[in-house]
Amino acid sequence: MTDLVARDAASVPVSTTQTGTPLVKRGLADMLKGGVIMDVVTAEQARIAEDAGAVAVMALERVPADIRAQGGVARMSDPDLISEIIDTVSIPVMAKARIGHFVEAQILQHLEVDYIDESEVLSPADYVNHIDKQGFTVPFVCGATNLGEALRRITEGAAMIRSKGEAGTGDVSEAAKHIRQILGEIRALQAKSDDELYVAAKELQAPYPLVVEIARTGKLPVVLFTAGGVATPADAAMMMQLGADGVFVGSGIFKSGDPAKRAAAIVKATAAYDDPAVITEASRGLGEAMVGINVADLAAPHRLAERGW
Amino acid sequence: MTQRIGVLALQGGVAEHLALIESAGSQAIRVRRPADLDGLDGIVLPGGESSTIDRLLRMFDLAEPLRVAIADGLPTLGTCAGMIVLATEIVDPAPGQQTLGLLDITVQRNAFGAQVESEDATVETVDGPVRAAFIRAPVVTRIGDDVEVIARHRERIVGVRHGSITAIAFHPELAGDPLLHHHLIHARP
Repeated sequence: MTDLVARDAASVPVSTTQTGTPLVKRGLADMLKGGVIMDVVTAEQARIAEDAGAVAVMALERVPADIRAQGGVARMSDPDLISEIIDTVSIPVMAKARIGHFVEAQILQHLEVDYIDESEVLSPADYVNHIDKQGFTVPFVCGATNLGEALRRITEGAAMIRSKGEAGTGDVSEAAKHIRQILGEIRALQAKSDDELYVAAKELQAPYPLVVEIARTGKLPVVLFTAGGVATPADAAMMMQLGADGVFVGSGIFKSGDPAKRAAAIVKATAAYDDPAVITEASRGLGEAMVGINVADLAAPHRLAERGW
Repeated sequence: MTQRIGVLALQGGVAEHLALIESAGSQAIRVRRPADLDGLDGIVLPGGESSTIDRLLRMFDLAEPLRVAIADGLPTLGTCAGMIVLATEIVDPAPGQQTLGLLDITVQRNAFGAQVESEDATVETVDGPVRAAFIRAPVVTRIGDDVEVIARHRERIVGVRHGSITAIAFHPELAGDPLLHHHLIHARP
């Protein structure tokens, strides 16, 4: 055992440091890759999620399935709930602000959440403008249904994108549609000649330099998770095989019969997404899945993915 | 002969390490099962969520073969969560969180605070300055007798070395700085 103070002679000054840069904002999302982020509404659920191997939790008052069932205006959660969850777990804690509600975002930054989700699951606060995310130190994740929407959010400062899917349904079809849409549009950009990228930027309603970057690299400059309807280990593995960097699971875990077991199974299937033997084992004996709603049965005004633009 | 460098690829910032290793002219191998450890010249334990990586290591029966390989002298670079996985002791583990216990240090997770405290920085190390990101980074609060301190940040220990194992609390791979990867790649002649 050595006294650390005695070794302090080797201490060296650091030249420059800066918080809230794109590197550190996007960097946290990089550390979440290959993982599962779980919606939790109590500290006890947060503990179950952490024990199951979640890489982060999303603290909120109602899971999307209940927001959908109960209706009304859905807002940022009570700061007491968010603080209690931050104090309970050692993994990163995310929380949702309404689209465009920059004051809810200021509160969440003050509470020191690790990521803010500017989310269509809550009722939008501004039907024209999203939050100017560049000005915040805390990083943001935003939903997108297509590449243009993703690039507009990145331009506003989003450090992570999640394909929206249709939250609170347990129906994975919209999640599949949106991740395929975003990645398919990236592949289409890669096939374009340089002189076609000007019009591509116009059609995507996204900045030309960012469109050129995507065409060159073949990927978004930020991490891309998927969300909205994932309820089983197979759903999570399907999203990973389609090219997602990781998975958000909202109502699918704590609206099921055995949340702890299902949560661990989804973590396992996400990590071993290309191994059918592991996914099969993870799928055994999980009890009741969330009942769910077929997206096709939802009237258009009840589709959350259409919020945001 | 081209060096084969593995990156533990269960969860976390894997792709950035693979890219740095390949740009240095070595072959990068994703390590997801025990057989992937065969014939490696070095391994990176990447950043990610340390409690998740710990659970996955045990879930996929990789913890013991990995521990044996590193204990047998496989040159190793652990970054952030990777440092935690290598340590003998964690101050504030998640419930049930275990480590490989290969490096005689005590680490404190998230020692600089929440994500708003995460920093972009140039870190002076014994190998030279390294551009890096600190992401909810751990620090070393105790070192064993033979453990060398290779880097400090804000007067706290953020880099250590013992034998063939180097562990750092920060992320040079996010900034694309290959200095410590070169050290790993050339650890075996």
